[in-house]
Amino acid sequence: MSTGIGARVKRKEDKRFITGKGKYTDDVRSENQAYAAFVRSPHAHAKIKGIDKSAALAMEGVIDVLDGHQLTGDGIGNIICGWAITSKDGSAMNMGAWSALATEKVRYVGDAAAVVIAETQALARIAAEAVEVDYEVLPAVSNAKKALADGAPEIHDNAPGNLIYDWEIGEEAATDAALSEAAHVTEMEITNNRLSPNPMEPRSAVATYDAAEEHYTLYTTSQNPHVARLVLSAFYQVAPEHKLRVIAPDVGGGFGSKIYIYPEEITCLWASMKTNRSVKWTSDRSEAFITDAHGRDHISTAKMGFDADGRITGFKVDTIANFGAYMSLFSSAVPTYLYATLLSGQYDIQNIHCNVRAVYTNTVPVDAYRGAGRPEACYLIERMMETAAREMGKDPSELRRANFVREFPHQTPVIMAYDAGDFDANLDQAREAADVAGFPARKEEAAKRGKLRGLGYSSYIEACGIAPSAAVGSLGAGVGLWESAEVRVNPVGTIEILTGSHSHGQGHETTFAQIVAERFSIPIENVSIVHGDTDKVQFGMGTYGSRSGAVGMSAIVKAMDKVEAKVRKIAAHVLEASEDDIVIEGGEVKVKGTDKAMGWHEVGLSAYTAHNLPPDMEPGLKESAFYDPANFTFPAGAYICEVEVDPETGVTEIVRFTASDDFGTIINPMIVEGQVHGGIAQGIGQAMLEQVVYDDDGQLITGSYMDYTMPRAADLPFYDVHHASTICPNNPLGMKGCGEAGAIGSPPAVINAITDAIGSNTLAMPATPHAVWSALQAAQ
Amino acid sequence: MTKISMNVNGKAVSRDVPDETLLSDYLREHLRLTGTHVGCDTSQCGACVVHVNGRAVKSCSALAASLEGAEVTTIEGIAQNGELHPMQQAFTDHHGLQCGFCTPGMIMTGVDMVNRYKAEGRDLTTDAIRHELEGNICRCTGYHNIVRAVEDAAAKM
Amino acid sequence: MYPTKYHKPDSVDAAITALSGAEDGKFLAGGQTLLATMKQHLAAPSDLVDVRGISDLSGIRMDGDTLVIGAATTHAEVAASADVNSACPGLARLAAGIGDPAVRHMGTIGGSIANNDPAACYPAGLLALNATIVTNSREIAADDFFLGLFTTALEEDEIITSVRVPACAKAAYAKFRQPASLFALVGVCVAQTADGARVAITGAGEDGVFRHEGLEAALSSDWSASAIDGVEVSADGLMSDIHGSAAYRANLIKVMAKRAVAAA
Repeated sequence: MSTGIGARVKRKEDKRFITGKGKYTDDVRSENQAYAAFVRSPHAHAKIKGIDKSAALAMEGVIDVLDGHQLTGDGIGNIICGWAITSKDGSAMNMGAWSALATEKVRYVGDAAAVVIAETQALARIAAEAVEVDYEVLPAVSNAKKALADGAPEIHDNAPGNLIYDWEIGEEAATDAALSEAAHVTEMEITNNRLSPNPMEPRSAVATYDAAEEHYTLYTTSQNPHVARLVLSAFYQVAPEHKLRVIAPDVGGGFGSKIYIYPEEITCLWASMKTNRSVKWTSDRSEAFITDAHGRDHISTAKMGFDADGRITGFKVDTIANFGAYMSLFSSAVPTYLYATLLSGQYDIQNIHCNVRAVYTNTVPVDAYRGAGRPEACYLIERMMETAAREMGKDPSELRRANFVREFPHQTPVIMAYDAGDFDANLDQAREAADVAGFPARKEEAAKRGKLRGLGYSSYIEACGIAPSAAVGSLGAGVGLWESAEVRVNPVGTIEILTGSHSHGQGHETTFAQIVAERFSIPIENVSIVHGDTDKVQFGMGTYGSRSGAVGMSAIVKAMDKVEAKVRKIAAHVLEASEDDIVIEGGEVKVKGTDKAMGWHEVGLSAYTAHNLPPDMEPGLKESAFYDPANFTFPAGAYICEVEVDPETGVTEIVRFTASDDFGTIINPMIVEGQVHGGIAQGIGQAMLEQVVYDDDGQLITGSYMDYTMPRAADLPFYDVHHASTICPNNPLGMKGCGEAGAIGSPPAVINAITDAIGSNTLAMPATPHAVWSALQAAQ
Repeated sequence: MTKISMNVNGKAVSRDVPDETLLSDYLREHLRLTGTHVGCDTSQCGACVVHVNGRAVKSCSALAASLEGAEVTTIEGIAQNGELHPMQQAFTDHHGLQCGFCTPGMIMTGVDMVNRYKAEGRDLTTDAIRHELEGNICRCTGYHNIVRAVEDAAAKM
Repeated sequence: MYPTKYHKPDSVDAAITALSGAEDGKFLAGGQTLLATMKQHLAAPSDLVDVRGISDLSGIRMDGDTLVIGAATTHAEVAASADVNSACPGLARLAAGIGDPAVRHMGTIGGSIANNDPAACYPAGLLALNATIVTNSREIAADDFFLGLFTTALEEDEIITSVRVPACAKAAYAKFRQPASLFALVGVCVAQTADGARVAITGAGEDGVFRHEGLEAALSSDWSASAIDGVEVSADGLMSDIHGSAAYRANLIKVMAKRAVAAA
């Protein structure tokens, strides 16, 4: 059976997971382990007047109680946002100070004021309750619109009116003019509900300080251990990079929430040095709800203008983005360069303008969550398109077709230059698979059973493979967004791939091995993938934004190019042939058209024995490469959702969900389909089930699975997933990325289907039974 | 502190543990069987499911002290003589796992449901599988392949 | 969790003695609620007195036309019991729908009703079925047992030993799940008893489980789903939260009552 590109290879990493032998951070236990528990604010906004640690310190087994003044006093720096956004008036963004342990004020429920280090986790948690923090409670605000209103409580001194930035993109005057001349204008106010990422593995950190070496080791639940080390060193001054090893072992899902460097990891590292103990912290789920970065939370108004033929003439959007109490690592980029730049959708729109105001509130910090900005853009565009079609009496798929981009490359007015795609092909494939033609009959049959059936579309496009370093640098990014790889061919011919990408469910140990096995014609068992350890892999930017294929694998290909070049030289020398005649196939390195050949392992051995290498050639067979992408990649597709609503209860059942995606080259269809399934499930979760709810005082209502609805098996359908691909012209494998597509494309398809079923367009996410029933009542 | 003796994965074990020790902590921290995971604190996610006396139980919601003498099977104990259990095999065959964190609980729940349905002579339809997975949350797979894996294993068990 | 001392007595008397000797003791049965509460530091009993070692509290039997279910009987045992399925199939189906399979293997009927969670299923079932709760010192009619949110008629050191449920061929429970917790957002149990129809509702009431006179009157005169159409279910006194307004819950009471009648 083939194990190369396009093969459904079963995952190499599965065995340890299905036998209980995975190694996650909380499974790590150091010698003489101590445990941390945080003293967290029960108030959304309060001044810290004092901290009385005496009762906790008096408990037997409590090692120390540390606070924010000690932390900052030791020179630990503030947590930063790594992407500078400039307001439209030219001013810099207003980043408020964020210390890993609060010093003067707490700004959200869960903000940590101190940490207890104790001999057991249970004792640490009990002692944390005994630490008495004297709070002066301040007025709080949780809603972004209210935070902008006059008289709202101000959260950071350097952010008047709670405004972080007021940013725009596109031509406002031209867009206004286009809208004023439009034959039809669709106008909507659209909220994108706030979500909690909820990877099933809670975050965890085990930090160990070695006083003799002045060296730190951190095991942590990270999607990007090298970025963690960089930030911990360069900005938080925990330790210089060469004195800090960060290991992200098996990580139980991330979805964005494990990109960031949180107060807990910083505190554990510092506390390990303070107490001279290995310090471990593992979040429980309740703590995760008040510490893991949330996602989404936009309030937008949008106007889309059409000419008499249904062609879009202008699109104007005004968005307020809730950032929570502090600016998280990538927060600023999410509602700007990952959102507004995608507002052209799959459509040829000449005039777009988007204004974004980023706002502080007394809530958990908000940052990238699966899709990050692109789901918000897609939801806006695709709800607008479906609504416009209904208003103008047009078929929603025909309205989309009337506006599809069909010539590539296509420069949108909002930075992005689409490189390839065939949007008609995706829509055609999805419509056929979804049997759209048979829908009227199914609707009629459902009506006989008292059910309301509806069908909704979503034609999404997103930008992945983030990203050309120079491009993102010019837009304010604090890092380059390349990836690195090292290919080590051992003397026996087996291969280790060291990658800066990180796998936390994506199956890199399989897909990365597939491209190597195919390239060098060796068994896939002879390839192993090394990732997640800064001592092993030199550097890397990690895994997020569907970038591991398009960027991470491209780096591997570049390193393999170098290995192949050397292999050819060695083989040509040994076999006394021309390099150009060397071919690698069937486990051998051969001279084309002859029977002269050496085994792949013999080439490896030759490189290391170095007894017979070309003159001036260095021994060994190990190459590395850094790959900096030439452009973003643009996965796209068409999703069709069909639902049945029970009008008595408002319960919606998804009876059919059809996807046609264009991901470019697919390495392992089994894994890609799994990514699509999971993405769609999270998108359906956003559309129908999930929402973080705060009350007006900033108290979290949805603080556990008792109130935050996680999608379960019975909430979800089987998914009908298809591919109609165009090859990405900008990377060596032609890959676009597949990790986020499902979460981006599905929410509008679901809501378009439900609103079609109930005949009312007034429905916000999540469309819970209560919300759907209420919409039906209001429409009567 | 109470000395708690059990039979875990076919072996007699005995540990002195505080009375408030949960079975999940007994397994993870005292026996170092870290395949059993803890993903929530409200008994809902099911990552911690093990078998106690042959029935699926959430190990985060049972006291070790209450299980003196019990037979406990964890994810580490269902493969026999190096052969994967059919449920384990089905999960890898159908790509029923991604990050792997919920997987031990899913597999233990899957084995329990198939055993019960077979004992009762009931038909384990895909709808029934979805319903039976009510107490197990996965964030990666969207459940599609998990349901397929359980369905396949049920045919082979 | 805070430290606690675990006891596993083998008799009711020993259990009462253990509890009364404790500073702040609690009975422990299946632990599916109590342990979660302790994990979150919302409860910190000095002692836990596990009642599952008491043989008098286990088992299901018929006493004439009355089902007797030991307090420490798990939901799974009730659901699978031949006696329950023949004498009161609606109760077996109710038990089969509590929590999830793993919870049903541990959670007990006594623990559930002693806790009297306002969204639990058993209180509605036992109230509609006109059950009697038997303790170590007395018998309490379900009508007198459930007193409000997490409140029952139980005294401090009183222990539920069994529940007596009159056989009832026509009874059913219909649950509309709160989407996150999967507890009842509205659960309606209807039963055709010797004294007429009884309808009990969980999940919805501000004061916990309650009976609905209007629905009972309608079903007493005409046991059919359509009889419920004309009944006015007021939203007054119903809970309102992020999962459902009082008006929505009022609507669900009617819908679930009809579905329960149809299923009975």
